Amino acid sequence: MKKLLLATAATALFAGAASAEDVKMGIILGFTGPLESITPSMAAGAELAIAEVNAAGTLLGGGNTVVPVRADSTCIDAAAATAAAERLVTSDGVAAIMGADCSGVTGAILANVAMPNGVAMISPSATSPGLSTAEDNGLFFRTAPSDARQGVVMTDVLMDRGIKTVALTYTNNDYGKGLADAFAAAFAEAGGTITISAPHEDGKADYSAEVAALASAGGEVLVVAGYTDQGGKGIIQASLDTGAFDTFVLPDGMVGQQLVDDIGAGLNGSFGQYPGTDSAGAEMFQGMATAAGFDGTSAFAPESYDAAALIMMAMEAAGSTKSADWAPKVMDLANAPGEQIFPGELAKALELIKAGTDIDYVGATAVELIGAGESAGNYREIEIQDGVINTVRFR
Amino acid sequence: MDFLNAIVALLNFVIVPGLAYGAQLALGALGVTLIYGILRFSNFAHGDTMAFGTMATILATWGLQAAGFTFGWLPTALIALPVGIAVTALLLLGTDRLVYRFYRKRKAAPVILVIVSMGVMFIMNGIVRFIIGVEDINFADGARFVISAGDFKDMTGLDEGLAIKSTQAITLITAAIAVALLFWFLNRTRTGKSMRAFSDNEDLALLSGINPERVVAVTWIIVAALATTAGVLYGLDKSFKAFTYFQLLLPIFAAAIVGGLGNPLGAIAGGFVIAFSEVTVTYAWKKVLVYVMPEDLEPTGLVQLLSTDYKFAVSFAILIIVLLFKPTGLFKGQSV
Repeated sequence: MKKLLLATAATALFAGAASAEDVKMGIILGFTGPLESITPSMAAGAELAIAEVNAAGTLLGGGNTVVPVRADSTCIDAAAATAAAERLVTSDGVAAIMGADCSGVTGAILANVAMPNGVAMISPSATSPGLSTAEDNGLFFRTAPSDARQGVVMTDVLMDRGIKTVALTYTNNDYGKGLADAFAAAFAEAGGTITISAPHEDGKADYSAEVAALASAGGEVLVVAGYTDQGGKGIIQASLDTGAFDTFVLPDGMVGQQLVDDIGAGLNGSFGQYPGTDSAGAEMFQGMATAAGFDGTSAFAPESYDAAALIMMAMEAAGSTKSADWAPKVMDLANAPGEQIFPGELAKALELIKAGTDIDYVGATAVELIGAGESAGNYREIEIQDGVINTVRFR
Repeated sequence: MDFLNAIVALLNFVIVPGLAYGAQLALGALGVTLIYGILRFSNFAHGDTMAFGTMATILATWGLQAAGFTFGWLPTALIALPVGIAVTALLLLGTDRLVYRFYRKRKAAPVILVIVSMGVMFIMNGIVRFIIGVEDINFADGARFVISAGDFKDMTGLDEGLAIKSTQAITLITAAIAVALLFWFLNRTRTGKSMRAFSDNEDLALLSGINPERVVAVTWIIVAALATTAGVLYGLDKSFKAFTYFQLLLPIFAAAIVGGLGNPLGAIAGGFVIAFSEVTVTYAWKKVLVYVMPEDLEPTGLVQLLSTDYKFAVSFAILIIVLLFKPTGLFKGQSV
């Protein structure tokens, strides 16, 4: 008990000793809730970038340390996420927000906290098309592509394989609905038929009802726009068990080695796509992540690294930690022309920015921001064979 | 032939999954209903008790598997089940000693106990995540199918397959055994009778010399056994994830209330009512009707009464209707 007290007192001292030179960055992700299995790696990705910049020690003329402050977005509870973000901004005084993760809470934080307080945010994983047109006063960016793009890519993948009728199920949230709508529009335009579009809730006990309806509607393949460790997996498992479908189309939220290991041989021949590039940055990031002790292949971990890196580089470019100053710099830094910056080269990037050299941040995910500040979207088409996720090509 | 196909399609997608899910809900609802009947409060920590029991069983299963011990074509978790039950019973008895007894001594109002149980729920929630993590865990081993869809098609020559998973068969059999044991215990043994007496009238039971602490302890042990069994069966059939178990609480409570809180028979009926209402009302009948209708009458649409979005609305609508017309549930329970 005495030790505990001592430790708490020491921590309090340290917290109190934090100098005015600290730059706080809010990392708001769903540490509890439906995404709780991938958010630790995402936060680790962002903190890896922060540690890199701190090690360089040259941010904004040197002597400044970036301090990550974690908060829980819960992924699904907009009220809780707003409260957590409010706390980050008003009580912790963060200069930037890396997050949030799920599209719904991201929109809520943007509208209720970021815009009123003038704090800019970069989300690594909110992919709903709705966020492209959301009002943001130039304060919102994302290193993940909009699902409107993925809907088109998925249609191309299916058409190239000569598949014309599909059944579609999606997770009933902003991400699933957005992706399902984008895909339905693109697929219908290309002349395909969707026999049924059935939503499913995540984290529920039983998916027999959904699978029964999907099986009754039929289709050559089943498109599952869900999450690997949530309803998406439950639906695939139940479809295979009842013999309803044998081939599945897996968008970004569904591609994961864990799913392949869990389901096993049943997934042979299933295919899909997820954001990915053949850029060298991806591999470099994997190496850094492994060295730092987390899984760099985990979904959206590289995007999180890129989001945090962009925030800090933009601050350097603006020479200020004020969002109004650094937010306008983000697009320039992320896009060509300029010297290419890969993961692990943030120290070099800071030097170059200071010297006034134009840079093009490539990062772990070949970042290229378009439109209202979202990733252009490179996709990796994959097919699953004998428990291995094979890359077919890049689109 | 077409008629057979229709029946098989219905069996495969509605009846078999509904039966297994119903049995899992029924076991969960039995635990809730026992606590309501004897300890007189709605235990919100029940979903997480199931998660804790399953977690303990998974750890024991891993231990057995590491020692090279398996159970043939049956899942190893069935051998580990008693260990899980014992650990969960200890946890529940400890919780009772630390938390609930304090409020029971003061004769706290049921609503206070409900809120207390929510606190317990969050703590158990945390403990489970802390020990085993938040990931999805698959711990079923042994044979996967009693009969798979493909085999069934080959055997019968029908167009439709019928899959019966071994976990579904095990769920039904284990649930039947657990329910039989429970009813034998409540109706035939001295302790069981004293529990029922305590449930009917606490003061009268105390006057007749029934030791309340003993009744409470036995209740918790039975609840631990039911919750762990329900959790393990559910986890074998689907998979284990702390978050899902937390969410199981809603259908379980719906089942217990529909059946009549405090009435064990009602809990079982309620489990099946909720499970089948979720599956049947949102079922798209196209496939079945295409088989049985003459060709020119075959439907082109899905023939779906409600989209699957509404499946939870369905179970709660049933809950409300039952409470409106029979406030004590289908079987005579205590009114809420």
